[in-house]
Amino acid sequence: MTVIFKEETFHDDFTFRNSPEAVKRFPFPFPEDSYMYSVNLEPHKSYRPGSVYERTFDVDEHYVSEMRDRARVLAEDPLRCQSLPHMTLAGWDLLELIMTSKAEEYPELFELHRDGAKWHWINRPLGIEQKFTFLDETTLPCGPMEYITRQTQGDFAVLDQRDDNLWMDAGMVTTQADWSLDFDIGMNFFEWHAPVPKAHEMGIFQRALKFLLNVQQGSPARRLNWTMTVNPLLDTSPENYHKWGVMKKDLTLENMGQMMHLRVELQTFFRLPRSNALVFPIRCYLIKLDELVTVPKWARRFHRVIRDLPTELATYKGFVTNRPKIVEWLSRYDDGAPTSPGIWPD
Amino acid sequence: MSAGAAKIPVRVAEVTPVNELVTRFRFVRRDGGLMPTFSGGAHTVVEMNDQDRVRRNPYSIMSDPGDREGYSISIRRDDNGRGGSLFMHRQVRPGMEMVISNPVNLFALDLRARKHLLLAGGIGITPFLAQIKQLSAMNGNFELHYSVRTASLGSYADELVANYRPRVHLYHDDRGEQIDLPALLDGQPLGTHVYVCGPKGMIAWVRKTATALGWPREAVHHEEFLAPASGKPFEVMLARSNKTIQVGEHQSLLEAIEAAGVEAPYLCRGGACGQCETDVLEYEGTFLHKDHWLTPAQCAGGTKIMPCVSRFEGKTLVLDR
Repeated sequence: MTVIFKEETFHDDFTFRNSPEAVKRFPFPFPEDSYMYSVNLEPHKSYRPGSVYERTFDVDEHYVSEMRDRARVLAEDPLRCQSLPHMTLAGWDLLELIMTSKAEEYPELFELHRDGAKWHWINRPLGIEQKFTFLDETTLPCGPMEYITRQTQGDFAVLDQRDDNLWMDAGMVTTQADWSLDFDIGMNFFEWHAPVPKAHEMGIFQRALKFLLNVQQGSPARRLNWTMTVNPLLDTSPENYHKWGVMKKDLTLENMGQMMHLRVELQTFFRLPRSNALVFPIRCYLIKLDELVTVPKWARRFHRVIRDLPTELATYKGFVTNRPKIVEWLSRYDDGAPTSPGIWPD
Repeated sequence: MSAGAAKIPVRVAEVTPVNELVTRFRFVRRDGGLMPTFSGGAHTVVEMNDQDRVRRNPYSIMSDPGDREGYSISIRRDDNGRGGSLFMHRQVRPGMEMVISNPVNLFALDLRARKHLLLAGGIGITPFLAQIKQLSAMNGNFELHYSVRTASLGSYADELVANYRPRVHLYHDDRGEQIDLPALLDGQPLGTHVYVCGPKGMIAWVRKTATALGWPREAVHHEEFLAPASGKPFEVMLARSNKTIQVGEHQSLLEAIEAAGVEAPYLCRGGACGQCETDVLEYEGTFLHKDHWLTPAQCAGGTKIMPCVSRFEGKTLVLDR
C-alpha cells in the first residue's frame, strides 16, 4: 500500500478531508445500534489488512499535515509536551518501540540502522535523517519522547507504574478531546478520570486499572473511544476552549454535513521494557458526517446511537445542546432498516 | 487475555554451578534472535516438563538488562521443596530445549528515588544483580546490604565487592554479623527508597522497622514469591468447565486446573500479582489462604481463592472456572 500524503489544515480554513479510501478504513466505533461504556479492551494484534488495526502505529494520508499541526500547537504552547525527570528512560523505551515498529512495518517510509548504541533513523515523509546514540540525550535535538512523538500521529500519555497505580508523569498531547496534560501531570489513574460521569459508579475504573497494571511486555491491548467535534480540529484542548468552544454555535442543518465530525480515538497500551512504564497512545481519527453517511450502515446506526444516548454522556461529550439538530440531520439517512452486526461496512 | 505472559522458546546455553546450593542457567532463543529487553527486578516463568507434569516456576532474571543475547537465572536447590529446583539442578543440561515467559516486573525500581537502598538475604540477591547493572549504567545512586549464611554460600558476593565496593556491604551469619537496620534506615537521605528481597522473616523485619521509623509505605518495596505449599490432597469442582479434579499432595490448585486442560489466568504463580484470583461458588470446609493478595476480609468471606498458592481442606469446593 502506497500512502499519498495530503496537504491540508486543521485550523482556520479547515481543508481537512478524507479520501474515499480513508472513509472505508475509518474505525467506526459502534458494533451495535446503541452505546454504553464498557471496558472494551482486546489484544492489539495485527488484524484486517488495510484497516487501522493492521500496523502497530498506523500511518495514514493525514500524517504529514498532522505533524505540521502538532508543531504549530507546540510553538504556541510548549507545555503540551512534558516529561518529569524520572520518565526519560520511558521516553527512550517509546522511541525504540516506535522506530523499530515503523521501520519494520513501513520499510518504504522509515529506516532504522543500529550498530550497538549508534542509531541512524530516516523518516522519508518528513524528510528527517538523524544519527544519535541510544540512551544519550545529548545526541538528539530534544528529549527522546518529544523527538519521536513529533514524528508520530496521535497523543501519548506515558504512565509510571508504582504503588499499584498509574501516574501521568509524561506526555505529548496536542490532539486531545478536551483534557489537559498540564492539568493532569503527576495525577494518578483515579484522579485524572475523576470528571467522567457514571463510570465510577459502574466500577469501570477499578476493573480497567487492574487490567492495565497487568498489561505485559509483548502483549499490547487496544480499545476505541469517541466523541464529536465541530470543524476538523485536532486540538480541542481546554487551553484553547475560548477559540473552539464558540464554533459549536455556528452549527446549522445546512452546514452539518461539512462541519460536524465524529471523532474516534484508537487507544492502545504497551508495557515499556526498561522503565516498566505503560505508554498509552491515543490516536485521533476524524470523519465528516457527509463522509460518514456514504456508508449506509453507519448512517443508520449512528442516527440511532446519538438519538438514544443517555443525557449525561451527551453532556460530557459536549454536544447535548446540538443533539436535536444532529439527530434531525442524521434521521434523513435512517430508513429504519436493520443493521448488520459488527463495525465494518456491508 | 490468555494465561501468563507471552512465551519464548529457548535453548539452555550454560549450566554453571555457583556454590554447593546454587546453580546458574543461561537461556538463549532457539531461533537465534534477541531476547526482549527487560527492567531490573523482572522475573521469567520457566516451564519444566517433569515426567507426566508441567511445572511453572518464576525466577528473577539476574543478567544485565542491557544484554539481549540471553537471560540468566540462579536457582537455589531446595531439597524439601515440591521438586522444581531439584528438576532444574538434576535434569537440565546445556542444549536442552525449554519454554520461558516474557519478562514480568513486579519488583521495579522507583525511578523517582534519589537513592536506592537494596537489602538482600541469600538467594534474594538475584533481582538486585540486574537492578545494580541497570543503575550502574544510569549512574544511579545505590547501596547494597547483603546477608549470607557463610562466605562460601554467598552467591556473587565476591564479584559484587570487586565491582562495586564501597557500595556493597556483606554480612556473614556464621560470623554473627547482622545488618544494623534501625541505624541504616535512620541515616538515609530524603528521597531514598528501600527494597528488600530474601526470606519471609527478613522482609517482615525490614517492613516493620521502616514503618516504625516513619518511612512512607510507598518508599518500601519488597518481593516475596511464595512456593506453593504441599498439603493434603483435595477435590475441586470446576463449574464453568464442568470438570471435577483432584489436587495432589505436591501439586498446586492452579497446576491441577491446568493439568485438567482448563485455561486459567496467572502471572507470578507466587501469590503476589492477583491475576489468578478465582471466585468460589460453593464450599464446605476450610480455606488455607497463603497469598499476599486477598485482604483479611476477603479471606474470611469465603468467596475468593488464589489457586497458585492456596489450598483447601474439607468436603466440597466449587470454583467459577
